[in-house]
Amino acid sequence: MARRATPEVNAGSMADIAFLLLIFFLVTTTIEKDKGIARQLPPKEPPTDEKVIIKEKNLFIVNVNRQDQLLVDDNLMELKDLRKAAINFLDNGGAPAGTAEYCNYCKGGMADNPNKHNPKSSDNPDKAVISVQNDRLTSYKMYIAVQNELVAAYNYLRDRESQRLYGWKFTEMSKALDEGSYKGDKDLLQEKLEVVQKLFPQKLSEAEPKKSGS
Amino acid sequence: MAKFTKKKEGGLPPVSTASLPDIVFMLLFFFMVVTVLRDDNLLVMNKLPKADQVEKLKKDRSVYIYAGKPSARYQEKFGTEPKIQIGDKYTDITNIKFALTEARQKLLPELQDKVMVALKVDEETNTGMVTDIKQELRDLNMLKIIYITTPGNEVEQ
Repeated sequence: MARRATPEVNAGSMADIAFLLLIFFLVTTTIEKDKGIARQLPPKEPPTDEKVIIKEKNLFIVNVNRQDQLLVDDNLMELKDLRKAAINFLDNGGAPAGTAEYCNYCKGGMADNPNKHNPKSSDNPDKAVISVQNDRLTSYKMYIAVQNELVAAYNYLRDRESQRLYGWKFTEMSKALDEGSYKGDKDLLQEKLEVVQKLFPQKLSEAEPKKSGS
Repeated sequence: MAKFTKKKEGGLPPVSTASLPDIVFMLLFFFMVVTVLRDDNLLVMNKLPKADQVEKLKKDRSVYIYAGKPSARYQEKFGTEPKIQIGDKYTDITNIKFALTEARQKLLPELQDKVMVALKVDEETNTGMVTDIKQELRDLNMLKIIYITTPGNEVEQ
C-alpha cells in the first residue's frame, strides 16, 4: 500500500504576489472627492410675451464687469461685503405687519444692519430675487466666487431658521442626509429640509451675459 | 513537573505566517474596490476656483466637461485659446451635443435621465465660454450642472 501523496504546491510566494498587487493598487488609488456648487438650469421654453413683473425693490442686481468689479444695486462693492449685503436684502422683510406679504420670521438681516425692515428693500424672502449679470469676459474665478457668496448668504439664513425650528443647522442636516450617516427617519428629515428651503427659497436668476464691449 | 521540562525543550514556537496571505488579500481587495482608475487624460489646464458652500458629486451619474487653456505640452499644437474637452479629446462648441450624448450613453441606463454635468473649468477662463456650454446643455435638456471647485474661499486671502 504505497500511497503516493500528491506533492503540495508551494504557497509560500503567494504573499509576495499579493503584496505586489497590493502595492500597485495602493499607488494608483486616488480617492477623488469632487465637490462643487450645484445648479439647476432653466429649461428651454418657447418665448412668451407674458412679462413677469418684479418690483424693483424686490430685485438685488449683482453686476460683474470684465475687470471683475462688482456693481450691486448701482453701488460699487467689494466681494467681501457681498455676503452681508445679500443677507440683509433677503432677510429684510419690508412688508408691514398685517399685510399678506408680511414675513414673521425675518430679522432684518445681520445684527449690525442699520436699516432693518427697510420698506424700500425686499418685501419677504419669497419675493426677493437675486439677479446676477456677467460680462462675457468676466473671469470664471470671479463668477464662482460671486455664486459662492450668494449661496453662502442663503445657507446662513437657512441655518438660522433651521436652528430655531429644529435645533439643527440646515447645512449639517443636508450633509447628514447626503452621507447617509443619519440614523433616524430620513423622510422626516427631508421634510424638515423642505420646510426650511421654503422659508428661504433660492431665487437666483442669471441674465444672459452681455456681449463684451457693449 | 515533567510537563514543564518538555516545553523547555521545544523552545519558542515560530509565529505562523500562514494567515499572512489572507490578510494581504483582504487589503488587496479593499484597494481594488475603492480604486477608480483615472479615465480621462487631461488635455487642458485645470486649476479649479475656490468655494466652500459645496455639495458632493454623485459620481455614477455624471458626465465631465473640462475647459481651459491647452496644457503646456499641447500649446504648441493647439495654441493658447481656451478649449473644451469631453472624454479624451478636444471638442468644438458646435460639436458638444454629439459628444455629450455619446458620454451619456456610457452611463447605466437607469441613471441616464438623472445625469448631472460636472463642469471642471479652469479659473482663468472667461465666463462667456461657460455660458455657451450652458446654452448647449439647455438645448440638450441636461439641466443639472455642478461647478466643481476646490475647498477654500476667495475672500479670505
